[in-house]
Amino acid sequence: MDTDIVTGILVSEQGALSLEEMVEACGTEVEWIVELVEVGVLSPEGPDETAWRFGALDLLRARRLARLERDFAASAEAAAVILDLLDEIERLRACLIRAGVEAV
Amino acid sequence: MEFKDYYQTLGVARSVAEAEIKRAYRKLARKYHPDVSKERDASERMKEINEAYEVLQDPKKRAAYDRLGTGWQPGQDFHPPPDWDTGFEFRGSPAGEAFGGDFSDFFATLFGGAVGARHGAGVHRRGEDHHAKILIDLEDAFRGATRTVTLRVPELDAKGRLAARERTLNVQIPKGIREGQLIRLAGQGSAGMKGGRAGDLYIEVGFKPHAFYRVDGRDLYVSLPVVPWEAALGATVKAPTPGGTVEVKVPPRSQGGRKLRLRSRGIPGDPPGDLYLVLEVVLPIPETERAKELYQTMARELAFNPRRSLGV
Repeated sequence: MDTDIVTGILVSEQGALSLEEMVEACGTEVEWIVELVEVGVLSPEGPDETAWRFGALDLLRARRLARLERDFAASAEAAAVILDLLDEIERLRACLIRAGVEAV
Repeated sequence: MEFKDYYQTLGVARSVAEAEIKRAYRKLARKYHPDVSKERDASERMKEINEAYEVLQDPKKRAAYDRLGTGWQPGQDFHPPPDWDTGFEFRGSPAGEAFGGDFSDFFATLFGGAVGARHGAGVHRRGEDHHAKILIDLEDAFRGATRTVTLRVPELDAKGRLAARERTLNVQIPKGIREGQLIRLAGQGSAGMKGGRAGDLYIEVGFKPHAFYRVDGRDLYVSLPVVPWEAALGATVKAPTPGGTVEVKVPPRSQGGRKLRLRSRGIPGDPPGDLYLVLEVVLPIPETERAKELYQTMARELAFNPRRSLGV
């Protein structure tokens, strides 16, 4: 058993991911990530592919999309719509939380 | 290890056609997919469903599984019969790997050999990245903390067969972490093949629900109960913050729902979040004659119609 305390870095402005790192983290292909950027599902910082920097939200979204595509045999477009709707639900839940209403 | 009844998991008879298995899987996926489901055990159930589907949708794996016979009960102690898989070659499907270690020992024993064969033929290859999620207490984000994470990681044993190993890591949670952030631990994913680098481990951080703080990014919200005279006349009252109790001024003429912002009392960071106290006016219940009199005095002397905006 490892007992050492491991320290990581936050995937954020300082520790953002390159295109290659995104591909590895999602276990996918470059083309798949590029397509998600082109259709606006992912929004990395940076002017072109070589300079793209992806944040934590991008990685969570990409992995979620991959699960939706795989488990529902959904097209990228359909999975993206599901993703947007899930985001909207989360946004509305956050509103309820701020308002002190428990989201059931 | 425990026997898994994959037909029971998908709720189909052993004799059904492939199309029916797919239908059953889709239906269950809609119900238990952790991204869309509200079921409490969705994530666990989906793992079982995915594993069952992985086997039953593949004619070769299904045939091999069927050869185990019908004499097994779910959960029964299971040891594979010798040479049970002779004549089968599992190929082309990333057995178990797609689940990132989330497969049962039963699955690994039956079908884990395939991955070894596939990888063995490969060359220099980077290890896979892994993903995990941990829930921390809000207080951990204020002070920083160390949390123990237990992971099941797929590994190849000496014979090149896939097996899941439990691994425990003590992870440093940095002060100021927010919900939905990812901690990346370099080299803590799968080992590389033939000299390839190890993969990384990404840990998603979530907060456990707090008894009274509600979290929105770096900002916190808490309902602060006040009595009518505190709201009406203004008062200095005590309020909780994660850093300790503070005194705040409730401005005169406040109504319920008014938000008082305590700058930089939210989750630490650059910039730090704010803490919002949401006033909640609480009425003392008139238990005594004296208390009733005080309410009656207000009723007589304060000409106030709270329903005027409703036109009544």
